[in-house]
Amino acid sequence: MELQEAPNSLKNVRHIILILSGKGGVGKSSVTTQTALSLVNQGFNVGVLDIDLTGPSLPRMFGVESKQVHQSTLGWVPVSVYNDPASPRGNLSLMSLGFLLGNRNNSVVWRGPKKTAMIRQFLKDVVWGTDDIPLDYLLIDTPPGTSDEHIAIAEELRWAQPDGAMIVTTPQQVSTADVRKEINFCKKVGFNVLGIVENMSGFICPHCSECTDIFSSGGGKLLSEQLDIEFLGNVPIDPTFVEMVETQNNDVNEKKLVSLYDKSELKPIMAEIVAKVVNKNLPSRLQ
Amino acid sequence: MAPSIVSERPRESLMSSQLQAPEPEHCPGPESEQAGKGDACDGCPNQSICSTQLPKGPDPDMPIINQRLSQIDHKILVLSGKGGVGKSTFTSMLSWALAADEDMEVGAMDLDICGPSLPRMLGAEGESIHQSNSGWSPVYVADNLGLMSISFMLPDPDSAVIWRGAKKNGLIKQFLKDVHWGEHLDYLVVDTPPGTSDEHLSVTTYMKETGIDGALIVTTPQEVALLDVRKEIDFCRKAGIKILGLVENMSGFVCPNCKGESQIFKPTTGGGEQLCKDLGIPFLGSVPLDPRIGKSCDAGESFFDSYADSPAATAILDVVDALRDQVELSVEGLKLN
Repeated sequence: MELQEAPNSLKNVRHIILILSGKGGVGKSSVTTQTALSLVNQGFNVGVLDIDLTGPSLPRMFGVESKQVHQSTLGWVPVSVYNDPASPRGNLSLMSLGFLLGNRNNSVVWRGPKKTAMIRQFLKDVVWGTDDIPLDYLLIDTPPGTSDEHIAIAEELRWAQPDGAMIVTTPQQVSTADVRKEINFCKKVGFNVLGIVENMSGFICPHCSECTDIFSSGGGKLLSEQLDIEFLGNVPIDPTFVEMVETQNNDVNEKKLVSLYDKSELKPIMAEIVAKVVNKNLPSRLQ
Repeated sequence: MAPSIVSERPRESLMSSQLQAPEPEHCPGPESEQAGKGDACDGCPNQSICSTQLPKGPDPDMPIINQRLSQIDHKILVLSGKGGVGKSTFTSMLSWALAADEDMEVGAMDLDICGPSLPRMLGAEGESIHQSNSGWSPVYVADNLGLMSISFMLPDPDSAVIWRGAKKNGLIKQFLKDVHWGEHLDYLVVDTPPGTSDEHLSVTTYMKETGIDGALIVTTPQEVALLDVRKEIDFCRKAGIKILGLVENMSGFVCPNCKGESQIFKPTTGGGEQLCKDLGIPFLGSVPLDPRIGKSCDAGESFFDSYADSPAATAILDVVDALRDQVELSVEGLKLN
């Protein structure tokens, strides 16, 4: 029989937020990364779960590709990305299938049932937070589309009262068309839509500071008006963020992504977006 | 009556709906010869259903699929492990470029079931497909360019297609089995969703017997994308698909104001060209970012018609030429053997 309760691994998690988009390559992982960093900067303890099984990018985004997942008596321990008790920041940990692959170039050619089983295992066996230090936010990064992974995560979270989903889009119509589908998916499975983030909205030329709309602009805002969903903000294209991701070194304190991000021009923009979500004051899952 | 996924469900989906419970992790698949007999089947609530579905011969639909596909000269898959690198954009460009030759019959097939974008890019949104004696007729966006996509079968463009893998396989099979591309097709360009999963496995399995000319891999220059693209190349090698070449999209952007060039997606590990060198696959070229490409795609117009002189159009046409060389070379190679 199916138990009508949340998976055990989530018992010390206060808030769950999914990052969704119907379209690929709009920056779900990038927005997930930056949301996590912004929350950590505000002193929250954050966990990130990557359920993109065939293309996990988060281990690289956080610079922890070579790390391993360890097993404890309670279950799988996510990889710690940032944990500095001396700093006012919170801690950050990550779980991804990328850690379980032998070689980073290996492909994971899995049909649906196996992907479903893997996601179920992630939710069953991973230890997020402890009784003493609960996790404030669990961010779940998803692959594009509305298929096996999404159905599986919706089933697993059915009794877990997630806060809802942040929808990421790029401004062009080709992208918002797919995102509409994803919003319909959220309605069908009962995920609350927290808002829309328009990513890659404009590019500021480093030579002349002229802003060019490479992928046009305003598509996300228009979509949120049409569907009556809160618009969380525009994130411009910033090549320095990609550079930051590529040059970080998680073993050296000054070169950790969390420290590098302090200098990013995207930091205040993302902080504002994240504040909009946090200020919704959604009830904590823990009493 | 026009086929629609609401009124007519693929046969395979009916079959899997007979299963009482979700398939177990290592399910050999209800259609496979091992159904009901594999190790994973022990204890599965569906075991008795699967094991009684005998006899198991070759798939009876395969001869029909093979017959349909034998009328197509060249079949090209457009692949990328990563989403949003421009698979659909490139598929549409390739289709326009091939169809510019009036003597050429071209078909484009969109296998991205959860996020079909080709209809919009080719300017065929809101159309529907028609059924005739010979099968489903694709939507013609030009006299010699047909398009097939799930989006033509949706009741409303916004409806989400929330399907598990088995159901997607059913539809892909129908696309290959039931779509009538006409008497003869010179090129069939197949656009795929990101990843290495059900859609990719199905299309390669079904097309294997008649042969696929090869795959065109699309990537963007940054390492986060290359990481996923390496996985896709690994998949092609496992599945025995020839890689025709790799194209690097969105490489460099020229500011329309000051003409200064910037690398939006920095190739910190050498980009697509280095990847090709490392893995020994042909590098077909790189296409710069051009905001007008996105605009043409949103409007469903041919980028070549509107901006024939732009550097991006020249770059794309060079890639298409290089790709055609690869395809025709490989065909000649086969004849020699």
